[in-house]
Amino acid sequence: MDPVASAVRLEVQEAVHILSSSEDGGHIVSTLQSLRRYLGEMETQAPPGEQEEFSRTHFSTVLRCVVGKLSPNWLDLLPDGQLKELWASFFLEGPADQAFLVLMESIEGAASPSFRLMKMAQLLARFLSAGRMAAVMEGQCGQQAGPASRLLQETLLTRVVGLPDRLGNRLQREMLAAFFPQNYFPLLGEEVLRVLQAVVDSLRGGLDCSVSFLSQVLGKACVHGRQKEILGVLVPRLMVLTQGNCLWQRVCWRLVECVPDQAMEAVLKGLVEAAPGPEVLSRLLGNLVTKSKKAQFVMTRKLLFLQYSCSTPVLQSLLGYLAMDSQRRPLLVQALKELLETWGSSSAIRHAPLEQQRYVSKAVLICLAHLGEAELRACRDELLASLMDGVKNRLDSSLPPVRRLGMTVAEVASARLHPEGPSLKFQYEEDELTREILALAAPWPMPDGPSEAGLPVAPVGGESPDQETVDGGGPQAGREGSDSELDSDDELVPYDMSGDREQRNSKTPAYVRDCLEALTASENWERWEAALQALEGLVLKSPAATREVSLELAKVLLHLEEKTVIAGFEGLRQRALVAVTVTDPARVAEYLAVQFYALNYSLRQRMDILDVLVLAAQELSRPGCLRRAAQQGSPGPGSQPSVAAVPAWQAVVEERVRRKTRRFCKGSAGWAAAAGPNEFNAVAGYFFFPLLQRFDRPVVTFDLLGDDQLVLGRLAHALGALMYLAVNTVVAVSMGKALLEFVWALRFHRDAYVRRGLLSAISSVLLSVPAERLLADLPDELLEARSWLADVAEQDADEDCRLLAVKALLVLEKLRDRLLPLSSP
Amino acid sequence: MAAPAPPPPDPQFVLRGAHSAVHALHFCDGAEGRPLLLSGSLRGLVHVWSLETRRPLTALDGHGGQCVTWLHTLPRGPQLLSQGRDLQLCTWDLAEGRNAVVDAVRLESMGFCRASVLAEGPQRWMVAVPGRGNDEVQVLELPSKTSVSCLKPEAGARLGMPMCLQLWQAESSSRPLLLAGYEDGSLALWDVSTRKVCSRVACHSEPVMGLALDPRRARGVSGSAEKALAVWSLEGQQALQRGPGSPSPGRWASTHLGLTNPGIADVKIRPDSKILATAGWDHRVRVFQWRTMRPLAVLAFHSATVHCVAFDTAGLLAAGSGDQRISVWSLYPPT
Repeated sequence: MDPVASAVRLEVQEAVHILSSSEDGGHIVSTLQSLRRYLGEMETQAPPGEQEEFSRTHFSTVLRCVVGKLSPNWLDLLPDGQLKELWASFFLEGPADQAFLVLMESIEGAASPSFRLMKMAQLLARFLSAGRMAAVMEGQCGQQAGPASRLLQETLLTRVVGLPDRLGNRLQREMLAAFFPQNYFPLLGEEVLRVLQAVVDSLRGGLDCSVSFLSQVLGKACVHGRQKEILGVLVPRLMVLTQGNCLWQRVCWRLVECVPDQAMEAVLKGLVEAAPGPEVLSRLLGNLVTKSKKAQFVMTRKLLFLQYSCSTPVLQSLLGYLAMDSQRRPLLVQALKELLETWGSSSAIRHAPLEQQRYVSKAVLICLAHLGEAELRACRDELLASLMDGVKNRLDSSLPPVRRLGMTVAEVASARLHPEGPSLKFQYEEDELTREILALAAPWPMPDGPSEAGLPVAPVGGESPDQETVDGGGPQAGREGSDSELDSDDELVPYDMSGDREQRNSKTPAYVRDCLEALTASENWERWEAALQALEGLVLKSPAATREVSLELAKVLLHLEEKTVIAGFEGLRQRALVAVTVTDPARVAEYLAVQFYALNYSLRQRMDILDVLVLAAQELSRPGCLRRAAQQGSPGPGSQPSVAAVPAWQAVVEERVRRKTRRFCKGSAGWAAAAGPNEFNAVAGYFFFPLLQRFDRPVVTFDLLGDDQLVLGRLAHALGALMYLAVNTVVAVSMGKALLEFVWALRFHRDAYVRRGLLSAISSVLLSVPAERLLADLPDELLEARSWLADVAEQDADEDCRLLAVKALLVLEKLRDRLLPLSSP
Repeated sequence: MAAPAPPPPDPQFVLRGAHSAVHALHFCDGAEGRPLLLSGSLRGLVHVWSLETRRPLTALDGHGGQCVTWLHTLPRGPQLLSQGRDLQLCTWDLAEGRNAVVDAVRLESMGFCRASVLAEGPQRWMVAVPGRGNDEVQVLELPSKTSVSCLKPEAGARLGMPMCLQLWQAESSSRPLLLAGYEDGSLALWDVSTRKVCSRVACHSEPVMGLALDPRRARGVSGSAEKALAVWSLEGQQALQRGPGSPSPGRWASTHLGLTNPGIADVKIRPDSKILATAGWDHRVRVFQWRTMRPLAVLAFHSATVHCVAFDTAGLLAAGSGDQRISVWSLYPPT
């Protein structure tokens, strides 16, 4: 070998010398031609030994030398760009890894905007478009990595993946389109595929190959956040190639297995997102989760518990993947157990964001849908225990979405876990989410039972034909003979049918006292219903008569039970109670507020009291706004004919007046809101202070600071609303002070709903109490509140709480801005 | 589009003087083409009203003070058929001012079922009446009064009593058909000549109180004690199918048109098939567009149950009620 090596070295040294010094075009060309012999593309090839020696030892040197010579003059030494072609051919035909490294090195070394830089960048683009990147990577696949080449691989890896960044840094605004990440990474994906193809071919030929470099490239690209680009190209192609091809599948599994641990998460997440379904995922990954600890961690913990960004289809394909193989199913069972535990843990319910709770719920249902009877039966007790715990915890929550999640999941899960037992059944309103969740619960066919999938289709197909005949038959037969004569049917204009109401037999009471009597004593249920329906109107019509019996009436209404099925019972009772409170605010409001803490009431009644107080306060402070809404809701049953008739004649009269009147100009018609005294001013205290008095003193049936946190939350909201409605009243300042104290006492409450109430209460204090008084009387409280708000805005687990805190802070800022200009001059 | 709906209409006129609840109504042409309205009352009188003078012309007393439930005129004569709770089906001769019972058929059933008549030939009619057995329907031929067939549901069908009947002959075939509504809420289509049920459908969960059929479209409507009307169609005169929007026989609720108050006593379709009227237990007459079943009007005039409605060929609508009044309405006059 020695003589060969020295011969080559001599030749190369001479050539390098000539290249670096000569100015004669012909001479240079002949030198380059002679060097090209070593690349083996010419007719007169050098012997293989010399070629190998050249490419191993001298190629980089030569390349560096020619790069060093690159300048406009040098290229123009020969006409027609001959020299340029020859020069480029060294990079495009020689050993790809060295050419690539030299290219990158010279690009990074070049002065920033220069002829050489642009030339090199263009050459690199050509290099890429000629598919040489595949050659670079392929070169790494055959070799056994020794210590030296491991370093080289490392360098190569960073260059290959970091290419867009590096070029972007150098080229700045001159960047070529080929190097944009959105173009480069798909190309890289294509190249990886080509290398994989080569690997598969050589494996077929019996040669050993390693895909670890490709795995590293893939991993690094994914860590750089380019999953979409590179996997978007790789996954669809691999999906096709791995179909029914064991060799491809094995190569693919190996590819993912070899991904370094630190990149595993990025790669897996990208794959799960890019794969269109569990079957594909299973083909691409194989039993990776059982082989790699890291992969198992990512798939069964990280993507399920620590993140919640995956969309539902992604979640489905992830869990579907776990369900598809008998070796992975134990993992699915384990995941279900842990998911249910998390789903039901009271701490998670309180502290995890709602989004994540939804995510976990969906995952639970998907797991349940995938698992079979037998598997569920094996761990039924455990699952049921954590499910029941969870349902209890969730139903205790005061946030409706959390409760609803509890109900939907519990219904589905209990039916699935305990199909023969009585199933749980809750009442809840369906919304988008519950429908989505219920749709997830449909069981999937077991992996080995394709025949089952065929079953549900059959009856549908059988049904549809006769469905069509029935649908098509009836109306058609009706239309055929009659089109001509019935064309004019559409002109039939319906008459007003608003008077068409349910019929009732007994007469409606005409006096408040009659109503009272009917509600307390009557066994005649129709009369009872009629009394309840008429009450609000009567109370509003005759305030004097109401005042005589206001307390009794309030007491009766508060204790009223729904004895018959009457539409809108709650609303009727509430409106009547509000009307009574508005008519005689001082006495009734005080009575109600005291009853709030009394012994023998249900939570429902206590919350009703709060609602009524707030609505009545609103009515008092802004007269008319409630009453109008109420009237639209339920016009009295007795007054239909007139109600229907009035608009008709009014319209006629107005039309006539309009036609006969000439107007020169029109004034604004919008200021109709009548001004009046704020009636809430005098009675705000009766509404407010009794509610604050005893919240920290539990009675046997009612413990605000304990289990009845839902009512506490409602109380906080109601106090906030009362405070807000007390704007411009005299008592606002002392109310604000009391309310701030109340908030201060409860500020670290663990229930999000209570905290929301407190935050809104703070906002209403800030809005209702005059700013000057606020600063003069309550500076300390304000400072404390402010620091608390800042804490909540940053750290609270509940999104609404954070939002409310930010809003309150904004209000505070505004107050300060308004006060400062006053004080500064 | 924004024009407000016109206020509910008032009756064109009201006929008072029946002195008891009105249970049957029928329009007919009197002498010289003068329109007449016949009404049958709870006390067994049949009043003949002139629509020109709006006064009763005569009162026919032939049912022994028992309620008159059904009235129908035959073209010859005019000859009047009246059915009463005294179990008589009387034939009256009203021509030239006569008012005498010409003939009477003894009925066998105490039920509330109204009869139905079908002209078979120039002088021959077929009348369907409730039969001797609880669930039978008898078909008689008039004027011979012979029983031509007895339609008895197969044993175990448990249809209950027939509640309303409609004889009917399709244009294409010569075989008379009978549509019967039963106590259990189902409708059955009988082929009278073979005495077989062609098809049957459960329309209501309560007894069928009234039905009306539009023979040209083979489509009909029925009312019962429940809070809904059922619309159904007859396909090829063989199958009885419920109307638009009812794909499978198992789910028949979707065919129903909900009402505000329960109870329909009578249903009639106007001869020009444009509108249909129902007599409601809630004292109201409801008018619908027949083709689309769009509600058109709710006539709230009466103060007691409306027992019957009838349409004139000229488009008049009459409603008879328990408040002893007959209201006559002119809605959507035919063009």
